[in-house]
Amino acid sequence: MKAMWIAFAAIAAITLAAGFGLERAGFGTAARSASADVRLD
Amino acid sequence: MLRAVLALILSLVLASALPAQEAAPPVDRAATGGAPTLADILARQEAQKVDDSARRQAIGDPANAAPITAPLGTLGGASDPDLWRALRFNEANVTSTARNPAATVLIQDGGMTWLEFRRGPLARYGAWLLGGTLVALALFYLIRGRIRIDGEKTGRRVLRFTSFERFGHWLLAGSFLLLGVTGLITLFGRTVIIPALGKEAFAPLALASKWIHNNVAWAFMLGLAIVILAWTFQNLPNRHDLKWLAVGGGLFSKGVHPPAKKFNAGQKLIFWGVVVLGLSISVSGLSLLFPFEMPLFAKTFGVLNDLGAPGWVGLDPLPTQLTAQEEMQLAQAWHGIVAFVFLAMILAHIYLGSIGMEGAFDAMGSGEVEEQWAREHHSLWLDEVKAREAEAPKAAHPAE
Repeated sequence: MKAMWIAFAAIAAITLAAGFGLERAGFGTAARSASADVRLD
Repeated sequence: MLRAVLALILSLVLASALPAQEAAPPVDRAATGGAPTLADILARQEAQKVDDSARRQAIGDPANAAPITAPLGTLGGASDPDLWRALRFNEANVTSTARNPAATVLIQDGGMTWLEFRRGPLARYGAWLLGGTLVALALFYLIRGRIRIDGEKTGRRVLRFTSFERFGHWLLAGSFLLLGVTGLITLFGRTVIIPALGKEAFAPLALASKWIHNNVAWAFMLGLAIVILAWTFQNLPNRHDLKWLAVGGGLFSKGVHPPAKKFNAGQKLIFWGVVVLGLSISVSGLSLLFPFEMPLFAKTFGVLNDLGAPGWVGLDPLPTQLTAQEEMQLAQAWHGIVAFVFLAMILAHIYLGSIGMEGAFDAMGSGEVEEQWAREHHSLWLDEVKAREAEAPKAAHPAE
């Protein structure tokens, strides 16, 4: 059963990394939306 | 090519799920100068396809504008109704300060069709599919009971799946279940959860579901990649599959154990179902995760039209001019359809892998199965394992 629990821990880790990491890196929905929505010129 | 096939299937599903749009009988609009008549309005209310080409073209013409000094000259050749028609049929030359691809589409009535499909056929038939699957599994359990190991247990264990294989399986399975539950919460929130729990309770649930759904997706795609890498070769069809299918895998009769290698035909169907549906739901999911950045359907429809595929099933050519919103609506509809089929299939898989069959869970639990279980369900694979074990000592001591 160890592989199963490790996989579940990996899901949690990947989810948190995606949720917070991508957001910080500017790939979050709000960040993408802002960069796409605002015309700078 | 995959996208093309998926789009054809979608068009078939949508064509069957949505009310068929019959063409309305020709209408003489001479009396209204081309404007909609009462017959047009009644036809539209009956969901018939109305010829709106006259309205599409009646968007004014700046070349015919009256001089600026003439009466009504400042209208620029287009009246207010002309302007609204141009916006309505996406013919207006709209500029905006926003660069979002959807920003210049001010009226998009496809949203209503999508909304009605999402809360109508998608939710209704999806619920029937999942409910029907659960009822069928319950009936199967009541009639057939748990599929036991027929022979005498040996007490010997055989390694069926390595820890890496089990890790990949559970990565995929765990993330799939989270995605399934949060997806269902999202789809049925307004119709089921809010009436049951109230808006205050649903709001944080919906927020959490969205966050989980968006971010667990990456674990799902990684799990899918691992599973494809690990098991594709062993899931290629072979001649034993036909025999297995011919007797229903022995699922419906006691004491019948068709030979199978590592994966039997039923497991192969599940595997390829997971691959096709998993890839499809991943692609449409990515399109939804990155709004307007991964449009899938216009190009796919173009390819299908070139192939003449819509004509095979009596459909008109599919639209190849789609607004950014329509792309998202189609992606969401497709994502939902695939999700329901995927869920129904996995419910059956979960049943057989747990309470439905004695000894089956061990394969993904500890990784080791009872030798007699392997003899009954994967006899050819067990023979291979035994042969390898017999070879191993010789290989280890070649000099002896």
